[in-house]
Amino acid sequence: MVDAVASGAEEQARSPSIARSSGWWGIIFTIATEGAVFAYLLFSYYYMAISSHATWPTAPLSLKLALPNTLILLLSSGTIWWAERQYSTGKSTNALLGLVVTFILGAIFVSIQMVEWHQMSFSPTSGPYGSLYFTTTGFHVAHVVVGLLILLALIGWVASGILEDRRQNAVSVGAAYWHFVDAVWLSVFFTYYLTPYLS
Amino acid sequence: MANTMTIPAVQETPELRARLDRIWETPKGFAGWLSSVDHKSIGIRYIVTAFALLVIGGIEALIMRLQLARPNQQILTPAQYNELFTMHGISMIFWYASPILSGFSNYLWPLILGSRDMAFPRLNALSYWIYLFSGVFLYAAFAIGIAPNAGWFDYVPYANQQYNPGQGIDVYAMALILLGISTTVGAINFVVTLMRTRAAGMSINRMPILVWGTLTASAGNILAVPAVSLAFFLLWLDRRFGTHFYDVPAGGQPLLWQHLFWMFGHPWVYAIVLPAMGMVSDGLPTFCRRPLVGYTLVALATVLTMVIGFGVWVHHMFATGLPDIGMSFFSAASFVIVIPSAVAVFAWTATIALGRPQLTTAFLFFASTIVLFVIGGVSGFMTASVPADWQFTDTYFIVAHIHYVLIGINVFPVLGALYYWFPKMSGRMLSERLGQWNFWLMFIGFNLAFLPMHLTGLWGMPRRVYTYGADFGWNTLNMITTIGSFVLALGVLLLIVNVVMSLFRGAAAGPNPWDAATLECATPSPPPPYNFAVLPTVASRHPLWEDRLQESDERSRITVGPALDNGREALATSPIDAQPDAILKMPEDSYAPLVLGLALSALFVSMLAMSLPGVLCSFAVGLIAMLIWLWPAGLSFRPLRTTDG
Repeated sequence: MVDAVASGAEEQARSPSIARSSGWWGIIFTIATEGAVFAYLLFSYYYMAISSHATWPTAPLSLKLALPNTLILLLSSGTIWWAERQYSTGKSTNALLGLVVTFILGAIFVSIQMVEWHQMSFSPTSGPYGSLYFTTTGFHVAHVVVGLLILLALIGWVASGILEDRRQNAVSVGAAYWHFVDAVWLSVFFTYYLTPYLS
Repeated sequence: MANTMTIPAVQETPELRARLDRIWETPKGFAGWLSSVDHKSIGIRYIVTAFALLVIGGIEALIMRLQLARPNQQILTPAQYNELFTMHGISMIFWYASPILSGFSNYLWPLILGSRDMAFPRLNALSYWIYLFSGVFLYAAFAIGIAPNAGWFDYVPYANQQYNPGQGIDVYAMALILLGISTTVGAINFVVTLMRTRAAGMSINRMPILVWGTLTASAGNILAVPAVSLAFFLLWLDRRFGTHFYDVPAGGQPLLWQHLFWMFGHPWVYAIVLPAMGMVSDGLPTFCRRPLVGYTLVALATVLTMVIGFGVWVHHMFATGLPDIGMSFFSAASFVIVIPSAVAVFAWTATIALGRPQLTTAFLFFASTIVLFVIGGVSGFMTASVPADWQFTDTYFIVAHIHYVLIGINVFPVLGALYYWFPKMSGRMLSERLGQWNFWLMFIGFNLAFLPMHLTGLWGMPRRVYTYGADFGWNTLNMITTIGSFVLALGVLLLIVNVVMSLFRGAAAGPNPWDAATLECATPSPPPPYNFAVLPTVASRHPLWEDRLQESDERSRITVGPALDNGREALATSPIDAQPDAILKMPEDSYAPLVLGLALSALFVSMLAMSLPGVLCSFAVGLIAMLIWLWPAGLSFRPLRTTDG
């Protein structure tokens, strides 16, 4: 056994990036199943778009708020990526700054999304299109809010210094989730805001 | 390698065992029971709960069979009959068939993988609590007279508010989404456990087939369960908030329900048979005194079946008027899937033919799976053909088919597994004499009930009718089915008698009662809380048969290895080759999973009651439980490469 463990350890030393924590794998598969939820939601959209087109809106949705909002969310992916890098090299203050900025950008996204909702000419109960739009974007906003709660916990933990274990890296787990929330938004944005221009 | 830590390999001793006992033991009493995260205890809870659901679902079926025994009977009203067949289907398919497999896999995985627990022991506890609460939720509503009545696949528009007022459908929706959370977190746990906590040396070509089966089912569940959860969530929005997903007059699309339901439903069929097929692949060879024939093919076929299983869902919808070209594709895929799903049948048959079979009860249950699988497989193959399917749809032919598949490839292997692993769980053998009676009554009763049912369907009897006319020509067939179902039930009763009697009076089992090859048989029966005193190193696919098989000179090491007795610890290994790469700190027992499970259940009850304060309160409690659960508690693992020895 000794040699088996030792040789395994040597293997590790040659390729140090392989060992991921269980928590990191856990979030990856959580992302897979949550991603599937959105895949089925978007399937529903395309399926209904084909089979219920009589009730579909004739003009594409306005990009006036949605496009800047998309850019804000993309930017937040960059800031959390930076925060994670800073954290892994031991610069906790920078990391904290990155997390706080990410939180603010996420909160702005949610606020603009609320404004967007209020400006819509349809409602969740006005027809299948409205039902789909509000359910899909509602699911997404719920995910952003969960991401914000995770960010709050991380900000608290990094600020108080109780995250002593850098290898386990709760920050990486939180960042992976945040990137996922952004990636999902891109597919929602593409589906609801951009594909109508293709037809 | 200056900073490579080497872990001393030690010989296991009674002192080490006593020390590990103190570290891993769950506190005695009810409070300890509620906080336990031991996979063995959780696995047994799963098995007992799922078996209780099987008995309840079975009783519902017997009442229906009484009603159908003769024409024009009035034992049940049509409304009661609708509720019973719905509850029967839901109980069996969702609350029995998958959880029973989760139970066995939870119990067996760390033992078979040579580890100390699952990757996420607390998540494991959470998964069980949610499962239990969702079942209680469903049956509490049933007890006060609120039951779904639209069949287990709950088709709209009949399940829409307009045609189905009342709360029955909403109860089904909320309970199933809740159960879906349990299934999903359990599936994630299995996948990560596989990737992280196998014994050193157990590369993926050395994993038992049960592990392949549960892994495949879990990966399938991670991707498929969201479809049905979403379908039910949208239905609930339609019913309670006036959205228009399935609402035809407003432009909604009832076929969306069928697509989402069967995109989940067909992979699900494989999720509830592949782990059971794995039980046969691991158990049957033990009683044939030789390794499974075609291990690699069976493992690959298991995965391939699930992959193709994601592309056959439309064969449940051939009668809905879809375009021919689409149906042709799904028909072809449904024919193709026969090939990988039949590989195991040939492997099992060859294993029996080339081995020296011992006709124990467990062997009989495993071997009978082959026969029942062939019958259920052939009737399934028949429905892959579109014109044939148009004749079978909504007749008793389909009912016969689904029961051959689910009883034949789930219940029979599971009971084989119970006879096989009950000694490991309890330390006592089940009675073979009662076991033989148990098996033959069930086998004869089952075939008596369901083989003639194919004919009932071909002669035109539609499913889900509460009675039929005396001159329709179905009288004799229905009477035979009812008699068969009671014989089957008598067999199940004998099983219960056997389990209860053997718990008190069964012969002592010893660590390896069947002289099996896999790691769980290297532990005492029942195993101690820490499973292995020293962590084993595996050198082959059959660690306990190496001297006999003489496949190579290498030997697995089971009594000498790292002790990892510095608090609750386990060994982490790499995903493919199972090379050790870290020492995992395992969590202590905790109430957080129970509290979070209760909060989630309260959340869904509040959603059912449309109570916003209830939703907010349970959300807040759940949030606090999660925060306590995830609170950073120092080092959670030590990579072997950086810790200086």
